[in-house]
Amino acid sequence: MALESAVIEDKLTGAFGDNVSGFVQMKDILSFEAEAAQANAVLRYLKEDPLLRFNFLTDVCGVHYPDNDKERQFAVVYHMHNWMDNVRIRIKAFLDGDKPEIDTATNLFLGANWQERETYDFYGIIFKGHPQLKRILNMDEMESFPMRKEFPLEDGGRTDKDDRFFGRSTDNALNF
Amino acid sequence: MSKSSDIKLVNAPDGVEGQGFFATKLDTVVGLARANSLWPLPFATSCCGIEFMATMASTYDVARFGSERMSFSPRQADMLLVMGTIAKKMAPILRQVYEQMSEPRWVIAVGACASSGGIFDTYSVLQGIDKVIPVDVYVPGCPPRPEQILDGIMTLQEIVKSESVRRRSSPEYTELMASYNIT
Repeated sequence: MALESAVIEDKLTGAFGDNVSGFVQMKDILSFEAEAAQANAVLRYLKEDPLLRFNFLTDVCGVHYPDNDKERQFAVVYHMHNWMDNVRIRIKAFLDGDKPEIDTATNLFLGANWQERETYDFYGIIFKGHPQLKRILNMDEMESFPMRKEFPLEDGGRTDKDDRFFGRSTDNALNF
Repeated sequence: MSKSSDIKLVNAPDGVEGQGFFATKLDTVVGLARANSLWPLPFATSCCGIEFMATMASTYDVARFGSERMSFSPRQADMLLVMGTIAKKMAPILRQVYEQMSEPRWVIAVGACASSGGIFDTYSVLQGIDKVIPVDVYVPGCPPRPEQILDGIMTLQEIVKSESVRRRSSPEYTELMASYNIT
């Protein structure tokens, strides 16, 4: 029998109480929010519970919500997959905007290593206990965390782009 | 099968000819030799590299212009062809490849990305390779057709032919290298 979302929700609420909330079924994936401090325990529970068996960590990624309240400006999103029942689940943990820190998941899944490095690389989210938290895709000298909304997406050193030719200035005629 | 009469040799440069002798400038002879045996170092990172593969193959055949042998060692290459997007993380490697080439060395930036960053106006992409190494010829296009790459190589041949043998020790050249921090 397939693993029902209601069963997953009941088990998680039973085990973690108020630390898990906001269960919502979007298409075929159940999403919920976990307290950042409890995220590691939730992942462990989902992985090791004999009924839930979420044995595979599909993805770890970050989200930046600059308009949220201070303590909810960053989110780390975990995707897990139960291969036996072919059920997926998505866990969101919100972090503080000034000090985005969360425990590493590398103690549970070795595959989290590079995914957490990537999340650090682009969002500056600190994964406590990570064995080698340094940039993975961008160059080491980079000072910004480019996917944060306060950093510009475009390169400042571009010289051949005249806004007038790209429809970006308000009045082309006045600029000539 | 081509007949041997179809083969075109490079014309002799301007000079003074008489019975049993021919006199011309050393510059011209050296330039002629260099221009017609430019060994390319293909630095292909994306789609422009695919176009260059077509340029090397039989239909376009860059060998007709004296560039038969691709040199994958920078030590033995004369002409660095940078084809494709260069990420900022790749820039030091490109620079090292350029530094490993021995003089005289020339650089062609093939395609929009190598020339200016192209459509990739973003934090991770180098906005043109001339930010890190000097460039002799820019080939526009996204990607350029093999004819355009050949045109770029022929343009470079003209530059090479007219280059003085003393250019590489001139103060202007030293200054150019110093502006890129290359010694």
